[in-house]
Amino acid sequence: MTEQALRLDGNAAAGLLREVFVHELTDARGACAGCGAVGAMGAQHLYMSPRSPGAVLRCSACESVLMVVVHAGGRFRLGLQGLMWLEMRDAAATT
Amino acid sequence: MAGTALQRRLIWRTAEVQDLVDETPRVRSLVLEVPDWPGHVPGQHVDVRLTAEDGYQAQRSYSIASSPTGERVTLTVERLEDGEVSPYLAAELRVGDRLELRGPVGGYFVWDVSLGGPLLLVAGGSGICPLMAMLRLRHAAGSAVPTRLLYSSRSLEDVIYRDELDRMAADGTGLEVIHTLTRSVPQAWAGLHRRIDAAMLSAAAWPPADQPLSFICGPTPLVESAAESLVHLGHEPTRIKTERFGPTGG
Repeated sequence: MTEQALRLDGNAAAGLLREVFVHELTDARGACAGCGAVGAMGAQHLYMSPRSPGAVLRCSACESVLMVVVHAGGRFRLGLQGLMWLEMRDAAATT
Repeated sequence: MAGTALQRRLIWRTAEVQDLVDETPRVRSLVLEVPDWPGHVPGQHVDVRLTAEDGYQAQRSYSIASSPTGERVTLTVERLEDGEVSPYLAAELRVGDRLELRGPVGGYFVWDVSLGGPLLLVAGGSGICPLMAMLRLRHAAGSAVPTRLLYSSRSLEDVIYRDELDRMAADGTGLEVIHTLTRSVPQAWAGLHRRIDAAMLSAAAWPPADQPLSFICGPTPLVESAAESLVHLGHEPTRIKTERFGPTGG
Protein backbone atom coordinates (compact mmCIF):
# COMPACT_ATOMS: atom_id res chain seq x y z
CA MET A 1 0.00 0.00 0.00
CA THR A 2 1.35 3.43 -0.87
CA GLU A 3 1.97 6.08 1.76
CA GLN A 4 -0.79 8.18 0.22
CA ALA A 5 -3.32 5.39 0.58
CA LEU A 6 -2.49 5.07 4.27
CA ARG A 7 -2.86 8.76 5.02
CA LEU A 8 -5.80 10.06 7.04
CA ASP A 9 -6.68 13.40 8.59
CA GLY A 10 -5.98 14.13 12.22
CA ASN A 11 -9.73 14.39 12.53
CA ALA A 12 -9.95 10.58 12.40
CA ALA A 13 -8.07 10.33 15.72
CA ALA A 14 -10.71 12.35 17.57
CA GLY A 15 -11.98 9.35 19.54
CA LEU A 16 -8.52 8.08 20.47
CA LEU A 17 -7.39 11.55 21.54
CA ARG A 18 -10.49 12.04 23.65
CA GLU A 19 -9.38 9.00 25.65
CA VAL A 20 -6.29 10.92 26.67
CA PHE A 21 -7.41 14.55 26.67
CA VAL A 22 -10.44 16.10 28.29
CA HIS A 23 -10.71 18.55 25.40
CA GLU A 24 -11.71 17.83 21.84
CA LEU A 25 -8.31 17.98 20.21
CA THR A 26 -9.00 18.07 16.48
CA ASP A 27 -9.77 21.78 16.50
CA ALA A 28 -6.83 22.55 18.81
CA ARG A 29 -3.97 24.40 17.13
CA GLY A 30 -0.38 23.35 17.40
CA ALA A 31 3.01 24.48 16.17
CA CYS A 32 5.37 22.02 14.48
CA ALA A 33 8.75 21.89 16.19
CA GLY A 34 10.30 20.94 12.85
CA CYS A 35 9.17 23.73 10.54
CA GLY A 36 7.14 26.08 12.73
CA ALA A 37 3.91 25.62 10.77
CA VAL A 38 0.80 26.30 12.84
CA GLY A 39 -2.43 24.45 12.17
CA ALA A 40 -5.39 22.55 13.54
CA MET A 41 -4.61 19.00 14.69
CA GLY A 42 -7.53 17.79 12.56
CA ALA A 43 -5.79 19.12 9.45
CA GLN A 44 -2.52 17.24 10.01
CA HIS A 45 -1.65 13.91 8.45
CA LEU A 46 -2.59 10.87 10.47
CA TYR A 47 -1.29 7.32 10.13
CA MET A 48 -3.49 4.87 11.97
CA SER A 49 -5.11 1.60 11.02
CA PRO A 50 -7.90 -0.28 12.79
CA ARG A 51 -5.60 -2.99 14.11
CA SER A 52 -2.66 -0.78 15.05
CA PRO A 53 -2.11 -0.05 18.75
CA GLY A 54 -1.89 3.67 18.18
CA ALA A 55 -1.50 6.57 15.83
CA VAL A 56 1.16 8.88 14.45
CA LEU A 57 0.29 12.46 13.63
CA ARG A 58 2.62 14.21 11.18
CA CYS A 59 2.90 17.83 10.12
CA SER A 60 0.98 18.40 6.87
CA ALA A 61 3.62 20.95 5.81
CA CYS A 62 6.89 19.08 6.47
CA GLU A 63 5.86 15.53 7.54
CA SER A 64 7.76 15.76 10.84
CA VAL A 65 6.23 13.64 13.59
CA LEU A 66 4.08 15.87 15.82
CA MET A 67 2.52 13.36 18.16
CA VAL A 68 2.50 9.63 18.83
CA VAL A 69 -0.27 7.95 20.83
CA VAL A 70 0.07 4.30 21.74
CA HIS A 71 -2.63 2.34 23.54
CA ALA A 72 -1.35 -1.08 24.55
CA GLY A 73 -0.85 -3.22 27.60
CA GLY A 74 -3.39 -1.28 29.61
CA ARG A 75 -1.55 2.02 29.19
CA PHE A 76 -1.53 5.07 26.99
CA ARG A 77 1.80 6.53 25.99
CA LEU A 78 1.83 9.98 24.51
CA GLY A 79 4.86 11.39 22.65
CA LEU A 80 4.68 15.12 22.03
CA GLN A 81 8.28 15.80 21.01
CA GLY A 82 7.29 17.28 17.66
CA LEU A 83 5.02 19.98 19.00
CA MET A 84 6.34 23.32 20.25
CA TRP A 85 2.96 24.10 21.71
CA LEU A 86 -0.66 23.02 21.64
CA GLU A 87 -3.51 25.41 22.20
CA MET A 88 -7.10 24.41 22.88
CA ARG A 89 -10.23 26.40 23.35
CA ASP A 90 -11.49 26.70 26.90
CA ALA A 91 -15.11 25.72 26.44
CA ALA A 92 -15.93 27.06 29.90
CA ALA A 93 -14.80 30.55 28.92
CA THR A 94 -17.42 32.85 27.43
CA THR A 95 -16.50 34.11 24.01
CA MET B 1 -19.95 25.94 18.29
CA ALA B 2 -19.72 25.42 22.03
CA GLY B 3 -21.64 22.21 21.53
CA THR B 4 -18.64 20.59 19.86
CA ALA B 5 -16.53 20.86 22.97
CA LEU B 6 -18.58 19.03 25.52
CA GLN B 7 -16.20 18.70 28.39
CA ARG B 8 -17.27 15.33 29.59
CA ARG B 9 -15.68 11.97 29.54
CA LEU B 10 -16.23 10.03 26.38
CA ILE B 11 -18.38 7.04 27.27
CA TRP B 12 -19.65 4.04 25.37
CA ARG B 13 -23.42 4.09 24.96
CA THR B 14 -25.69 1.29 23.85
CA ALA B 15 -27.71 2.32 20.81
CA GLU B 16 -30.73 0.48 19.49
CA VAL B 17 -31.44 0.05 15.80
CA GLN B 18 -34.81 1.67 15.04
CA ASP B 19 -34.78 1.42 11.28
CA LEU B 20 -32.65 0.20 8.38
CA VAL B 21 -32.71 1.89 4.99
CA ASP B 22 -31.15 0.33 1.90
CA GLU B 23 -29.65 3.31 0.09
CA THR B 24 -27.90 1.44 -2.73
CA PRO B 25 -27.09 -2.25 -3.33
CA ARG B 26 -23.97 -1.87 -1.17
CA VAL B 27 -24.92 0.86 1.25
CA ARG B 28 -27.31 0.85 4.17
CA SER B 29 -28.32 3.49 6.69
CA LEU B 30 -28.76 2.58 10.34
CA VAL B 31 -31.20 4.76 12.21
CA LEU B 32 -30.30 4.60 15.88
CA GLU B 33 -31.88 5.55 19.15
CA VAL B 34 -29.05 6.60 21.44
CA PRO B 35 -29.90 7.15 25.11
CA ASP B 36 -28.76 10.54 26.44
CA TRP B 37 -27.33 11.54 23.09
CA PRO B 38 -25.65 14.90 23.75
CA GLY B 39 -26.30 16.24 20.23
CA HIS B 40 -23.82 16.74 17.43
CA VAL B 41 -22.56 19.10 14.78
CA PRO B 42 -22.66 18.01 11.13
CA GLY B 43 -19.31 16.51 10.15
CA GLN B 44 -18.71 14.81 13.48
CA HIS B 45 -18.36 11.06 13.74
CA VAL B 46 -18.86 8.26 16.22
CA ASP B 47 -16.79 5.21 17.03
CA VAL B 48 -18.72 1.95 16.80
CA ARG B 49 -17.52 -1.09 18.74
CA LEU B 50 -18.54 -4.69 18.12
CA THR B 51 -17.71 -7.45 20.58
CA ALA B 52 -17.65 -11.09 19.52
CA GLU B 53 -18.72 -13.90 21.85
CA ASP B 54 -15.08 -14.70 22.58
CA GLY B 55 -14.49 -11.12 23.66
CA TYR B 56 -12.67 -9.99 20.51
CA GLN B 57 -13.47 -6.36 19.79
CA ALA B 58 -13.40 -4.43 16.55
CA GLN B 59 -13.89 -0.69 16.36
CA ARG B 60 -14.53 1.67 13.42
CA SER B 61 -15.42 5.31 12.93
CA TYR B 62 -18.53 6.35 11.04
CA SER B 63 -19.63 9.85 10.13
CA ILE B 64 -23.04 10.91 11.33
CA ALA B 65 -25.33 11.45 8.34
CA SER B 66 -28.34 12.87 10.16
CA SER B 67 -29.13 16.45 11.01
CA PRO B 68 -28.72 17.38 14.67
CA THR B 69 -32.28 18.69 14.53
CA GLY B 70 -33.62 15.13 14.59
CA GLU B 71 -34.04 12.83 17.59
CA ARG B 72 -32.20 9.90 16.11
CA VAL B 73 -28.70 9.33 14.87
CA THR B 74 -28.21 7.95 11.37
CA LEU B 75 -25.03 6.24 10.23
CA THR B 76 -24.61 5.18 6.61
CA VAL B 77 -22.40 2.17 6.08
CA GLU B 78 -20.85 0.89 2.87
CA ARG B 79 -20.30 -2.85 2.83
CA LEU B 80 -16.66 -3.65 2.10
CA GLU B 81 -16.42 -7.29 1.10
CA ASP B 82 -13.26 -8.08 3.05
CA GLY B 83 -14.24 -5.84 5.95
CA GLU B 84 -14.49 -6.95 9.55
CA VAL B 85 -17.27 -4.64 10.73
CA SER B 86 -19.11 -3.23 7.70
CA PRO B 87 -20.52 -6.57 6.40
CA TYR B 88 -22.17 -7.06 9.78
CA LEU B 89 -23.54 -3.53 10.02
CA ALA B 90 -24.66 -3.33 6.39
CA ALA B 91 -26.09 -6.81 6.00
CA GLU B 92 -26.70 -8.73 9.23
CA LEU B 93 -27.89 -6.10 11.67
CA ARG B 94 -31.64 -6.15 12.38
CA VAL B 95 -34.12 -3.66 13.79
CA GLY B 96 -34.06 -3.97 17.56
CA ASP B 97 -30.40 -5.01 17.69
CA ARG B 98 -28.07 -3.06 19.92
CA LEU B 99 -24.60 -1.75 19.31
CA GLU B 100 -22.05 0.18 21.29
CA LEU B 101 -21.00 3.62 20.20
CA ARG B 102 -19.27 6.66 21.61
CA GLY B 103 -19.23 10.23 20.51
CA PRO B 104 -19.83 12.50 18.85
CA VAL B 105 -16.19 13.37 18.31
CA GLY B 106 -14.36 15.70 15.97
CA GLY B 107 -14.30 19.47 15.99
CA TYR B 108 -12.43 20.29 12.81
CA PHE B 109 -14.35 18.88 9.84
CA VAL B 110 -17.62 20.43 10.99
CA TRP B 111 -20.16 22.89 9.67
CA ASP B 112 -22.91 24.71 11.46
CA VAL B 113 -25.34 27.23 9.97
CA SER B 114 -23.50 29.95 11.89
CA LEU B 115 -20.36 29.32 9.81
CA GLY B 116 -22.22 30.44 6.69
CA GLY B 117 -20.77 30.03 3.23
CA PRO B 118 -20.84 29.92 0.31
CA LEU B 119 -20.28 26.22 0.65
CA LEU B 120 -18.57 23.85 -1.71
CA LEU B 121 -19.04 20.20 -0.81
CA VAL B 122 -17.07 17.58 -2.69
CA ALA B 123 -17.83 13.90 -2.15
CA GLY B 124 -16.57 10.61 -3.50
CA GLY B 125 -18.82 7.60 -2.87
CA SER B 126 -19.81 7.22 0.77
CA GLY B 127 -17.82 10.40 1.46
CA ILE B 128 -21.22 12.00 1.04
CA CYS B 129 -22.22 10.95 4.60
CA PRO B 130 -20.83 13.81 6.73
CA LEU B 131 -21.72 16.27 3.97
CA MET B 132 -25.29 14.95 4.01
CA ALA B 133 -25.51 15.88 7.70
CA MET B 134 -24.54 19.43 6.70
CA LEU B 135 -27.10 19.51 3.87
CA ARG B 136 -29.82 18.08 6.09
CA LEU B 137 -29.16 20.69 8.76
CA ARG B 138 -29.06 23.44 6.13
CA HIS B 139 -32.43 22.23 4.87
CA ALA B 140 -34.00 21.72 8.31
CA ALA B 141 -32.84 25.13 9.48
CA GLY B 142 -34.25 26.84 6.37
CA SER B 143 -30.80 28.17 5.56
CA ALA B 144 -30.25 29.75 2.15
CA VAL B 145 -26.45 29.57 2.27
CA PRO B 146 -25.41 29.19 -1.40
CA THR B 147 -24.21 25.61 -1.65
CA ARG B 148 -22.83 23.41 -4.38
CA LEU B 149 -22.31 19.70 -4.05
CA LEU B 150 -20.00 17.94 -6.50
CA TYR B 151 -20.58 14.26 -6.00
CA SER B 152 -18.73 11.42 -7.69
CA SER B 153 -20.28 7.95 -7.80
CA ARG B 154 -19.48 4.83 -9.76
CA SER B 155 -22.91 4.58 -11.39
CA LEU B 156 -26.36 6.09 -10.94
CA GLU B 157 -27.39 3.08 -8.80
CA ASP B 158 -24.48 3.84 -6.49
CA VAL B 159 -25.60 7.40 -5.77
CA ILE B 160 -26.46 7.48 -2.07
CA TYR B 161 -29.42 9.70 -1.00
CA ARG B 162 -30.24 10.42 -4.66
CA ASP B 163 -33.94 11.20 -4.20
CA GLU B 164 -33.42 13.28 -1.10
CA LEU B 165 -30.67 15.29 -2.82
CA ASP B 166 -32.97 15.89 -5.80
CA ARG B 167 -35.70 17.13 -3.47
CA MET B 168 -33.39 19.43 -1.55
CA ALA B 169 -31.93 20.83 -4.77
CA ALA B 170 -35.43 21.63 -6.02
CA ASP B 171 -36.57 23.53 -2.93
CA GLY B 172 -35.36 26.91 -4.17
CA THR B 173 -32.95 27.65 -1.33
CA GLY B 174 -29.85 27.73 -3.49
CA LEU B 175 -28.50 24.21 -3.40
CA GLU B 176 -26.99 22.91 -6.63
CA VAL B 177 -26.09 19.24 -6.96
CA ILE B 178 -23.63 18.19 -9.67
CA HIS B 179 -23.25 14.45 -10.18
CA THR B 180 -20.40 12.79 -11.97
CA LEU B 181 -20.36 9.07 -12.71
CA THR B 182 -17.02 7.34 -13.05
CA ARG B 183 -18.00 3.95 -14.48
CA SER B 184 -21.30 3.14 -16.11
CA VAL B 185 -23.79 5.78 -17.14
CA PRO B 186 -27.44 5.43 -18.16
CA GLN B 187 -28.12 5.74 -21.87
CA ALA B 188 -29.55 9.20 -21.80
CA TRP B 189 -27.04 10.54 -19.25
CA ALA B 190 -26.27 14.15 -20.03
CA GLY B 191 -24.17 14.73 -16.95
CA LEU B 192 -20.48 14.37 -16.22
CA HIS B 193 -18.81 11.04 -16.82
CA ARG B 194 -15.29 11.07 -15.38
CA ARG B 195 -13.42 11.32 -12.10
CA ILE B 196 -13.39 14.66 -10.32
CA ASP B 197 -10.63 16.76 -11.86
CA ALA B 198 -9.30 20.31 -11.89
CA ALA B 199 -11.56 21.43 -14.76
CA MET B 200 -14.64 20.13 -12.95
CA LEU B 201 -13.66 21.86 -9.73
CA SER B 202 -12.88 25.05 -11.55
CA ALA B 203 -16.41 25.03 -12.97
CA ALA B 204 -18.08 24.06 -9.67
CA ALA B 205 -16.09 26.15 -7.19
CA TRP B 206 -17.17 29.55 -5.96
CA PRO B 207 -14.86 32.45 -6.80
CA PRO B 208 -12.08 32.55 -4.18
CA ALA B 209 -12.96 36.22 -3.56
CA ASP B 210 -16.28 35.04 -2.07
CA GLN B 211 -14.26 33.31 0.66
CA PRO B 212 -16.06 29.99 0.28
CA LEU B 213 -15.80 27.18 2.76
CA SER B 214 -14.98 23.83 1.18
CA PHE B 215 -15.43 20.36 2.63
CA ILE B 216 -14.01 17.37 0.77
CA CYS B 217 -14.65 13.78 1.83
CA GLY B 218 -13.88 10.52 0.09
CA PRO B 219 -11.04 8.18 -0.78
CA THR B 220 -7.61 9.66 -0.04
CA PRO B 221 -6.47 10.19 -3.68
CA LEU B 222 -9.71 12.02 -4.55
CA VAL B 223 -9.50 14.19 -1.45
CA GLU B 224 -5.88 15.14 -1.98
CA SER B 225 -6.21 15.95 -5.68
CA ALA B 226 -9.38 17.97 -5.11
CA ALA B 227 -7.83 19.94 -2.25
CA GLU B 228 -4.73 20.61 -4.34
CA SER B 229 -6.85 21.81 -7.27
CA LEU B 230 -8.75 24.23 -5.04
CA VAL B 231 -5.50 25.65 -3.67
CA HIS B 232 -4.26 26.15 -7.25
CA LEU B 233 -7.51 27.94 -8.05
CA GLY B 234 -6.64 30.41 -5.31
CA HIS B 235 -8.74 29.13 -2.41
CA GLU B 236 -7.48 29.83 1.10
CA PRO B 237 -6.02 26.50 2.33
CA THR B 238 -7.38 26.95 5.86
CA ARG B 239 -10.91 27.17 4.41
CA ILE B 240 -10.56 23.80 2.68
CA LYS B 241 -11.34 20.99 5.11
CA THR B 242 -10.69 17.40 4.26
CA GLU B 243 -11.71 14.00 5.54
CA ARG B 244 -9.84 11.11 3.95
CA PHE B 245 -11.14 7.55 4.14
CA GLY B 246 -7.74 5.91 3.95
CA PRO B 247 -7.38 2.29 5.08
CA THR B 248 -10.55 2.17 7.15
CA GLY B 249 -10.45 -1.60 7.17
CA GLY B 250 -14.23 -1.79 6.70
